Amino acid sequence: MQEFVYIIASVLFIIGLKRLGSAATARQGNMLSACGMGLAVVATLVGTGFSWIWILLGITIGSAIGAVAAKKVPMTGMPEMVALFNGSGGIASLFVGWASQVNPPGGQLTVAEAIPLYLAVVIGGVTFTGSMIAYLKLSEKIDGKPVQFKGQQIISIALLGALLAGGLLFTFNFAGIWILLAVLLSFAFGVMVVIPIGGADMPVVIALLNSYSGLAACAAGFIISNTVLIVAGALVGASGLILTGIMCKAMNRSLSNVLFSGFGSASGGGAGKDVEGEAKPISADDTYYILESASSVVFVPGYGMAVAQAQHAVKELAALLEENGCEVSFAIHPVAGRMPGHMNVLLAEADVPYEQLVEPDDVNPNMAATDVAIVIGANDVVNPAARTDETSPLWGMPIINVDLAKTCIVLKRSLRPGYAGVENPLFFCENTRMLLGDAKASVQALVTAFKE
Amino acid sequence: MEQHISLIEHLQAELSLLREALIHHQAEMAEAAGETAAVASSGGGSLGLTLFVFALAIFLGVELITKVPSQLHTPLMSGSNAISGITIVGALLAMQNVTGPAAILLGLLAVITATVNVVGGYLVTDRMLGMFKTKKKEEA
Repeated sequence: MQEFVYIIASVLFIIGLKRLGSAATARQGNMLSACGMGLAVVATLVGTGFSWIWILLGITIGSAIGAVAAKKVPMTGMPEMVALFNGSGGIASLFVGWASQVNPPGGQLTVAEAIPLYLAVVIGGVTFTGSMIAYLKLSEKIDGKPVQFKGQQIISIALLGALLAGGLLFTFNFAGIWILLAVLLSFAFGVMVVIPIGGADMPVVIALLNSYSGLAACAAGFIISNTVLIVAGALVGASGLILTGIMCKAMNRSLSNVLFSGFGSASGGGAGKDVEGEAKPISADDTYYILESASSVVFVPGYGMAVAQAQHAVKELAALLEENGCEVSFAIHPVAGRMPGHMNVLLAEADVPYEQLVEPDDVNPNMAATDVAIVIGANDVVNPAARTDETSPLWGMPIINVDLAKTCIVLKRSLRPGYAGVENPLFFCENTRMLLGDAKASVQALVTAFKE
Repeated sequence: MEQHISLIEHLQAELSLLREALIHHQAEMAEAAGETAAVASSGGGSLGLTLFVFALAIFLGVELITKVPSQLHTPLMSGSNAISGITIVGALLAMQNVTGPAAILLGLLAVITATVNVVGGYLVTDRMLGMFKTKKKEEA
């Protein structure tokens, strides 16, 4: 009976994931998958010998934390929230593995249980500290720049070697000391894996950690040979890997390049050609005149829009432009922001119509005919060096070609380089004007100008 | 004659030894068969079967996700993240027939963290998708 319910739960997860893939059915898909989770929990609790007090206590505390965090988080804080939830799932698998060592499910461990047990602890531990570092970087509690030092990769390899050796020893005597060691080593390894990765590469890291948390759950499933854990964990593991691949492709880089190159640090390869020329600032009033006479405008949002919380002001400006008879679209680069799809979530929150959100491939062919491209807090994803400068670290990355628009207006706090630390020749282009200052204040000034 | 009798006695003794060994062996066989049946009926299935399920699920996951538009990447990620909270099943089973403070503490921590993942993950995904949906209603 229990197995039967587990099968239904697995099917609900599969249909749920499938439905998450299209806007019209996504919410329903999420609910189906939540129902699957509920069924799996209920089916598990049909049995005897449960310590109900502890279970109720745990579920109450966990639900309270999860619900409050989910309701309170602002949409701009979504990447770090996802990182926290992900870390929480990772460490849960670590605890499940550890508890199975202390109190083996069959009374006595076997090698076939010990291997996934060790894997659940290690992958769970790496997911946990990796996600925590990602959280700290995303919430800017620590510097988002890649941290690199001499011998870093040697330390990582040594940690990995020690984890392998510990795992081998654990399969001989199943002693708790190896698990304790694995917890500490995997925590250290998780930190080492994520600190060399810069803030701009966080979409890749988050997708990858998401995959890990699935694999950790899968390993936990092998300990107790529970099919629903294995199926759900494998689904998440695979989907996370696919998403990781999509993100890497959007940056024209391999996964190993993202993980090991320390992109954007001082030592991270060639810094590209020095850019010559002078950036031309523009006032909000002059920008208004340009926009007022424009018949097509493309907005290119980036992380700066999220930081400035400018999405509502941007939506208002877009609506005013449309009233003025102008064609408006939002060109969204897959890695804009700090999380896959980050910009889409923010603009959806501001009620920007779905069909106005377009991908780079759809907007680039028409760019030369576009009157104005407005770049709001995006940098690397519009850097023409990716197309023109072979020595640039960004070379080959698909970008949004805003430099080809008739006029390009860049909203930016200052002339500093972007997250990747690469100079942006766009700022010095003939047709580029810089509207310096806080993005939200700048957009609001434009909105006011339109209303007057 | 006496020789014959002693030979028959000797053979009889050996026969009974053989018979004992056979009975013993049969008991062992039955025991082994019982164990196999017990493993098979415990719901888990063999390691080979679970690995098979694992491989199929990986391919299914790849097939399901490949065609998702980039607009939905965030909800997809947080939604699949919530599914990885399935480890809650493992956490609950760790609380079955649990003994000793160490195991209880680990199990409790597992239940708490897995529940945070499940409840938080699904709610936050629903909140995000809710924003997408209200907009669609307005358009309709």
